[in-house]
Amino acid sequence: MENALLEIKGLKKAYGEHVVLDGIDLSVNKGEVVVVIGPSGCGKSTLLRCVNALEDIQGGEVLLDGEPVRRDGKDISRMRQKIGMVFQSYDLFPHKTVLENILLAPTKVQKRPRAEAEKEALALLDRVGLAGRKDDYPRQLSGGQKQRVAIVRALIMHPEILLLDEITAALDPEMVHEVLQVVLGLAKSGSTMLIVTHEMAFARAIADRILFLEGGRIVEESREPKAFFERPATDRARQFLRTFEY
Amino acid sequence: MDFEAMREYLPLFWQALGLTLRIGWQGVLLAFGLGTLCAVVLHLRLPLLRQFTAAYIELFRNTPLLVQLFFLYFALPKIGIRMRPAFCGVLGLGLLGGAYMAETIRSGLESIAPIQSESAWSLGMTRLQAFRYVILPQAVTRSVPGLLANVIFLLKETSVFSTISLMDLMFTAKDLIGMYAKTMECLTLLVVFYLIMLLPVSALGSLVERRLRHAEFGP
Repeated sequence: MENALLEIKGLKKAYGEHVVLDGIDLSVNKGEVVVVIGPSGCGKSTLLRCVNALEDIQGGEVLLDGEPVRRDGKDISRMRQKIGMVFQSYDLFPHKTVLENILLAPTKVQKRPRAEAEKEALALLDRVGLAGRKDDYPRQLSGGQKQRVAIVRALIMHPEILLLDEITAALDPEMVHEVLQVVLGLAKSGSTMLIVTHEMAFARAIADRILFLEGGRIVEESREPKAFFERPATDRARQFLRTFEY
Repeated sequence: MDFEAMREYLPLFWQALGLTLRIGWQGVLLAFGLGTLCAVVLHLRLPLLRQFTAAYIELFRNTPLLVQLFFLYFALPKIGIRMRPAFCGVLGLGLLGGAYMAETIRSGLESIAPIQSESAWSLGMTRLQAFRYVILPQAVTRSVPGLLANVIFLLKETSVFSTISLMDLMFTAKDLIGMYAKTMECLTLLVVFYLIMLLPVSALGSLVERRLRHAEFGP
């Protein structure tokens, strides 16, 4: 396995009797974009939440750069700095401006000088087309704008891998595009990403690898996104993809 | 109504208002500090401290301030703990208020969606950093209306200070009635002076609330 940045081995997650993830094995290489799709309730969001230990797990392990990511580990916050996460509901801090949202973690967690962090924040905001909104509060932004700020807030920490959890699911259709453009740009510049999405056209355009998840297991895996969407190998994936046709 | 008598009593009432406000505000500040500490203990579910805090809250919420003051002022000296009346007043008000403030702030803390903590943790913040920079400021802001109600309630409760011979508004009114029997005049002045003390607090409260919540709700 060359350059495995993220390794997930035999990951099991259950809420009591209810098994959500039933032995997931996955490794993501540096620079790779892996897209996870599957019916709702298949465990794909839970998978992302397990990667940065927002959930405790019942078996297996998650390794980043060969180091374990554990919820009760004492260096969990150091490990999480290497893992950027963007949520479906943006979850900006409502009491802080756009710029303060972005600068909070670099200045308080990484202890970077404010001037230097601010310079980078403004450059990143410019890159996502929001340079003029730095002093606005989250309530003044549209969903798509909030989500782009959330992406910048994750990026400024220089994470080694980005986890995107259905980041367009709560957006109006016309805003989906502006957010996905930003993510496509990140993929082009070589970011490593693990993405959960319901946007099949986007998945097809961005993925180096597609995982089809169902019932807490990886049912199908493909390094040929185009081929996967045209001729999935399994019946389950075929049925799932058919639900997107009208 | 004997307006002449009322005018004569005025300086005494102003003096009493000063004392009531001084002790009242010190008590309120103590209550706020104590309440915040207790709310943090309850919210973070700190072992041991949590049981202790819960016991404190139940004890002080379920006994009258009058009884608490009597205990501090008349009972404690029997075991050698002597405190000046003003100190007892501040302490009593602070302890009672702390119990109320704790519950108000705690419910504010619990109203913040868990995903706010999760997104702070995802950025590499420790539990303490997430709490301090993300959760607590939002919770305090949301608690403002409840905290304000507590402040007004506490400032009104100062009326029992008269029982431990603090010359507050109530004491002054009772004293004057005892001496001159101008009951109507004195009680009217008493009402007016409580209003003078508390109406600005209400107004100030709404102003503070608007300022603090500006971030979330706009001007």
